[in-house]
Amino acid sequence: MDYLWAFVIGGGICVIGQLLISLTRLTAARILVIFVTAGVVLTALGLYEPLVELAGAGATVPLTGFGYALGKGALEAARESGVIGAFTGGITATAGGVAAAIVFGYLNALLFTPKTKM
Amino acid sequence: MANEKKTPEQVKYQKLVKERMPKSQTFSQCVRAFISGGIICCIGQLMRNWAQQGMGLDEKGTAAFTAIVMVFLGATLTGIGVYDKIGEWSGAGSIVPITGFANSIVSPAMEFKREGFITGTAAKLFTIAGPVLVYGVGSSVIVGLLSLLFK
Amino acid sequence: MADILNNMIPVKRAGRQTVLFSNPPAIISSATVVGPMEGKGPLGPYFDMVLKDDTWGEDSWEKAERKMFEHTVRSAMDKVNLQSGGVDCLLGGDLLNQIISANFAARELKLPFLGLYGACSTMAESLLIGSMLIDGGYAGRVACIATSHFSTAERQYRNPLEMGGQTTPTAQRTVTGAGCSIAANPTLEGDRLYGNVFVTAGTIGKVTDLGITDVNNMGAAMAPAAVDTLTAHLSDTGRGVMDYDLIVTGDLGRFGSEMFRELCLQNGIDVGNRHLDCGNLVFSGEQKVDCGGSGCGCCASVLNAYLLERIEKGDLRRIFFMATGALLSPTSSMQNDSIPGIAHGIVLERK
Repeated sequence: MDYLWAFVIGGGICVIGQLLISLTRLTAARILVIFVTAGVVLTALGLYEPLVELAGAGATVPLTGFGYALGKGALEAARESGVIGAFTGGITATAGGVAAAIVFGYLNALLFTPKTKM
Repeated sequence: MANEKKTPEQVKYQKLVKERMPKSQTFSQCVRAFISGGIICCIGQLMRNWAQQGMGLDEKGTAAFTAIVMVFLGATLTGIGVYDKIGEWSGAGSIVPITGFANSIVSPAMEFKREGFITGTAAKLFTIAGPVLVYGVGSSVIVGLLSLLFK
Repeated sequence: MADILNNMIPVKRAGRQTVLFSNPPAIISSATVVGPMEGKGPLGPYFDMVLKDDTWGEDSWEKAERKMFEHTVRSAMDKVNLQSGGVDCLLGGDLLNQIISANFAARELKLPFLGLYGACSTMAESLLIGSMLIDGGYAGRVACIATSHFSTAERQYRNPLEMGGQTTPTAQRTVTGAGCSIAANPTLEGDRLYGNVFVTAGTIGKVTDLGITDVNNMGAAMAPAAVDTLTAHLSDTGRGVMDYDLIVTGDLGRFGSEMFRELCLQNGIDVGNRHLDCGNLVFSGEQKVDCGGSGCGCCASVLNAYLLERIEKGDLRRIFFMATGALLSPTSSMQNDSIPGIAHGIVLERK
C-alpha cells in the first residue's frame, strides 16, 4: 500500500514539474530551485507534513522533499535553540544528502568522462 | 528587449511563430513523467522500508539513508552515461526527484574536467546545485526565524 | 579619386547590398569531414571522411574540432596538389568563443589568415569575401572554411551532455562537420577538381531581428534575415526566383523553413519547390533530431560535399546559396536579449 501512494504522489509531483517545463519552457535549474523553495514554504505552512505521512518516499524523494527536510530541520531547531537553531537546523537535517551529493558527484566526475549523444 | 517597444512587424512575426510552432506533446510527456517519477519514488520507498525495518533506523536516519542512496544512484547512473537517456524519455520525471539533483551535479562536473580539478570539476559541481542550496537553505533560515517571531 | 570610384561602382555593384564579379572566381576544390551521426544521414556517402568517433583521438572535443578544421583545409589543397604557397589567404571561422578552432588550426596551417565570425553564416561569408579578394586582384587562390561540432557547441550554448532532459520540438542539432572550398582566379593554371563552378555574385546581409528570444527556436529567429537577404538580392539584380534552380538556406530547419516560405510570400516572393534547406537535408527523420541540423558546419559540409558536385555535373545551373547565422551568445541570451540573425548569399553558377 505504501508503494502505491509513493508512486501516485511522487509521480504527481513530477507531473507538476513537467507541466511547468512544457507550458512555460522553464529550464531544469529553475524547476529545481522552485521545487526546493516550494517545499520549504509548504512545510512552514504545515501543508507538506501530511503528504509525507501519507506517501513516504513519494513526498520525500522529489526535490520538494529536500525543501521539506530543510524547512522541518530549521523549524525544529529554532524551537529548541532559538536563532542559532534557525540557522543550523536546515543544513544539519540535510547534511547526509548534501555530503553524498558532493562526494559521489566528485568521484563520478573523476572516474568517468562524458560521451556524445547519438 | 522586454522594456523596449516592439515594432508592429515584430509583434506580427512573433504571433505567427507562436501559432505555427510545433507544440510539445504535453499529455504524453506528463504520462511519462508520472510513470518514471513514480518508479523512482518507489525505489526510494524501498530504501525507506529497508532502513526502517531492516536496519531499525529512526526517522532522521531513514531520511538521511534514503537521500544518500538515491543521490548515489543518480550520480552513478550519470557517470556511466545512462541518466541522460532516462531523462530523454521521462522529462521532469527524472529531473524533479533527488536523483535529478545528483544528475545536475555530476554532469557539469564531468564535462568541465578538462578545465582542471579546482576551477573545472569542483567549481562546476555547483552550477545548478549552488542555486538550489542558496534558495533552499536561505528560505529554511527565513522560515526558522519567522517561526520564532510568531511563536 | 572620387570620379574613379564613381565610375567603378556600377561595374561591380548592383543595388544596395549586392556585389557582381566581373571576372567570376572559380571553385576549384573542396573537402569535408563530418561526425558519425552525420555520416549515417542521407548525405553520408557524399562526405569525404566520416569520423567513427567525434573526439578523433584527441583528449577534448575542442581539439577534435580544430583538427577537423586543419584536416579539411589540407585535404582540399591536396586534392588539387596545392602547396601552402599556392593559397594566398585562408578565410574561416567556427562557433566557439573567440573562434578558437579557426585560430588554433590557422597556427598550424601557417597561411595568411582572416578569422571570421558570422555564426552559422560563416561559409557564405568566407566565400563572399574570398571571391571579392580574387576579383579585386588581391589574391589568386583562397581557402574558405567553416566548422562546427555538436559536443563543443552543446557545452558552450546549452547543457552538459550527460544532463538528463528533453529537447523542445523546435530544437535543432548542431552538425559535427567541416567544409572547405578553394576559390581561385579562373585564369590561374593548375589542377582542378571542378571545372565549371563559378561564384558570379554575392549579397551581403543585414542583421535582422524580429525579437525571437527562444534559444531552442533558432530557425524562426534566422528566417527573417534570410528573407531580407533574398528580397534584397532579387531586387538588386532584377532577377526572380525562376532564374535560380535552387534557393538554398543554411540551417533554418523544418520550422524555420516554414517561416521562411511564409515570410517570402508576404514579400511577394514564391519560392515554391525551389527552396532547399541544408538543415533539413543532413539528418533523416528517424535520427530523432527534432527540427533538423544547424551550425556552420551544416551548410559548409552540404555545400562542399553535395551541392558543388551537383552544379559540376550540370544537375543545377544556378543556385543562390544563403547561409544563415544566429548572432547570439550565452551571455546575451541569459540577459534576455532577443536573437539577431544574419544571412549572406552567393550565386553559384555553372559555366
